[in-house]
Amino acid sequence: MLMKTLPLRLVAASGVLAAATGNVMAGTGQPSPWQMTLQTPVTPIAERMHSFHDMLLWIIGAIVVLVLALILWVVFRFGERRNPTPSKTTHNSLLEVAWTLIPVLILVVIAVPSFRLLKDQLTLPKADIVIKATGHQWYWSYEYPKDQGGFSFDSNLAQDKEPRLLAVDNEVVLPVDTTIRVQVTSSDVIHAFAMPSFGLKIDAIPGRLNETWFHAEKEGVFYGQCSLICGQNHAYMPIAIRIVSKDAYKTWLEQAKKKFAANGAGQNYAANDNGQLATEAAVR
Amino acid sequence: MASSSTAAHADHADHPTGLRRWLFSTNHKDIGTMYLLSALMAGLIGGFLSILMRIELQEPGLQLFSNGQMFNVVVTGHGLIMVFFVVMPALIGGFGNWFVPLMIGAPDMAFPRLNNISLWLTICAFLLLVVSLFVSGAPGATGFGGGWTVYPPLSTSGHPGPALDFGILALHAAGASSILGAINFITTILNMRAPGMTLHKMPLFAWGMLVTAFLLLISLPVLAGAITMLLTDRNFGTTFFDPAGGGDPVLYQHLFWFFGHPEVYIMILPAFGIISHIISTFSRKPIFGYLGMAYAMVAIGAVGFIVWAHHMYTVGLSLDTQRYFVFATMVIAVPTGIKIFSWIATMWGGSIRMTAPMLWAVGFVFLFTVGGVTGVVLANAGIDRELHNTYYVIAHFHYVLSLGAVFGIFAGWYYWFPKMFGYIVPDWIGKLHFWLAFIGANVLFFPMHFLGLAGMPRHYVDYPNAYAGWHRIASYGSYIFAFSLLVFFYGVYVAWRRKERAANDPWGMGSPTLEWTLSSPPPFHQFEKLPRITGSSDH
Repeated sequence: MLMKTLPLRLVAASGVLAAATGNVMAGTGQPSPWQMTLQTPVTPIAERMHSFHDMLLWIIGAIVVLVLALILWVVFRFGERRNPTPSKTTHNSLLEVAWTLIPVLILVVIAVPSFRLLKDQLTLPKADIVIKATGHQWYWSYEYPKDQGGFSFDSNLAQDKEPRLLAVDNEVVLPVDTTIRVQVTSSDVIHAFAMPSFGLKIDAIPGRLNETWFHAEKEGVFYGQCSLICGQNHAYMPIAIRIVSKDAYKTWLEQAKKKFAANGAGQNYAANDNGQLATEAAVR
Repeated sequence: MASSSTAAHADHADHPTGLRRWLFSTNHKDIGTMYLLSALMAGLIGGFLSILMRIELQEPGLQLFSNGQMFNVVVTGHGLIMVFFVVMPALIGGFGNWFVPLMIGAPDMAFPRLNNISLWLTICAFLLLVVSLFVSGAPGATGFGGGWTVYPPLSTSGHPGPALDFGILALHAAGASSILGAINFITTILNMRAPGMTLHKMPLFAWGMLVTAFLLLISLPVLAGAITMLLTDRNFGTTFFDPAGGGDPVLYQHLFWFFGHPEVYIMILPAFGIISHIISTFSRKPIFGYLGMAYAMVAIGAVGFIVWAHHMYTVGLSLDTQRYFVFATMVIAVPTGIKIFSWIATMWGGSIRMTAPMLWAVGFVFLFTVGGVTGVVLANAGIDRELHNTYYVIAHFHYVLSLGAVFGIFAGWYYWFPKMFGYIVPDWIGKLHFWLAFIGANVLFFPMHFLGLAGMPRHYVDYPNAYAGWHRIASYGSYIFAFSLLVFFYGVYVAWRRKERAANDPWGMGSPTLEWTLSSPPPFHQFEKLPRITGSSDH
């Protein structure tokens, strides 16, 4: 992925937008029963994905309604009893040009925000904290770099905690309003690191270090699940990120350093924070 | 056909019977019937697997399967069987074999013996795939459970047992069968059209089959290469897709989807052709914008080759790469839109008789539109990042395949049943089957959009409790759909029970395509005197 700096004002502007709409809803960070829409966004990028999807939904909804209405109308109006003599029309240049050009215009309308969103998703801003997530059969492990204390830990499904299949024993804890870069790789087969409320999904591929980022603007616990088939316990390796205040994060770091001191930073730790793609790979 | 004038004379009096007729068959209609039968058998097995999945997913927790691997094996089997042994054999081997020669006024396919090999390779391939379900795969389990895309390293280091080797062999055999079939169709269509039938007068089903055959011919060798490399990675120590030896698992994904994306058009283009004929026939009108319809299929086929990485937005492609694939993918919406609107324009001003096949065809147009527009959503990498590998994708591709290609198959079945078998299925049975299938499939697949938007990932044997509601509804829908198949079989039973003879043109709608000029069923060898095509190009 390209390493360019996202204009900070963009982040700021989207932040205001998110704050304006940001009343805490039940089920944020996880699905709620009978949910029919995307999960509540908590990053500026997810916010924009959400509104982009809303726009698409209006467009495709209108197209489906138009096609359905046309079908119902022709079936009603041109039934053999109501219209015993069929016309012989097989061409109408104006109509044919119209139903070629109008879809092109609609696609252009979609493409403009789509390409803008894509660029901002894939342009990695300068990160305040870089962490690394490694997929294993069937759990995730996380590494915090030296400037954050230099430790690592495994995060397994917690069988006895709620929400079922989402809760883990060791959550990833990170500060709010901070740009986080996540480096993602795998130690065995391909997994995918996903966090719906951050609008984030990237494959964890052995021999490759993928990078993505997020900037969470709400505190809370947010859940995701492995999103690429990886074997028997594919459904049992959730991802849980707890976003806390910056002070609480400092406190947690102190505790975590002690708790996970024995683990150290992983041998194949490849994080760097100077905007340069780390090519060192986790070899299986 | 040069040989028919010499060798076939002796056969005219009595056509072969028993083994000689069915096992050694070189007759395109018999081979077509056997393809349809084998697709039906495979469809029952593939459908049974999907019902197992829906029973498991009806409630959170584990019900039917003791672990996720068994579930994944069933998912994988369902996918591979439905793609390679149901939709393709039914549309291409079945209706393609039956109706391409009839519609272009040819006595048979160009290479009748090649046709026989294609059929039996498909059946052998299917048996290999079924065997693969029962031999050792992942440690301590049977079968291959890595999804129909067979991504390494899950398909190499993740499944040491021979299950996937059987699977790879099955795909090789099925692929060889399809390549031979494609050569046969291309040769037949380019060389054996009746005098006067220029390409621009050719029925749209033959157009769909011609484009499909080219897609098969170009894309399948790439799949064959990819799975051969997979086979040697698994068994002979090569590392094409293993980073430990300098290989790249993502390379496999590029190769697979270079085949895999044209494959989805391979499954839908023949159905496009069938739908065009049915809509034209029962609207008593020629196809609106015939040339536009034909070249829209050509355009869809061509552009279909340059959009493959839209299946791979999350592997870490660069910004420019993703931009390109977003752009190219959205282009496909344009020719697809032309087809949808041309079908509606064909009905406009017509004198529509709502027979069972017409009901299936109109249902197809609507449901394919629903599946098409969610494809436009997924084309945008920006939002696909959230929806990729969720149930939204499952909803999307079942709307275009299960509700698209499969509705196309049933539409063709009811339309051509009297022509193929000479008996009539009472129309109300086809209609009842349609309504049950339509309701069942929508109840089954529409809630999957909601599950996907809420974040439910694919290939999960168990899920967080919040997803339970829509999963339960989806499972109910699958039972309705399964019930509709009983009505389908009842229709077949009634047809043979009553033996009501079909006329040459049993629908009496004056459809201009050549199959309706023949008896129902057509003679064992048709068009001994080639028909001569005159008149306009509007079919």
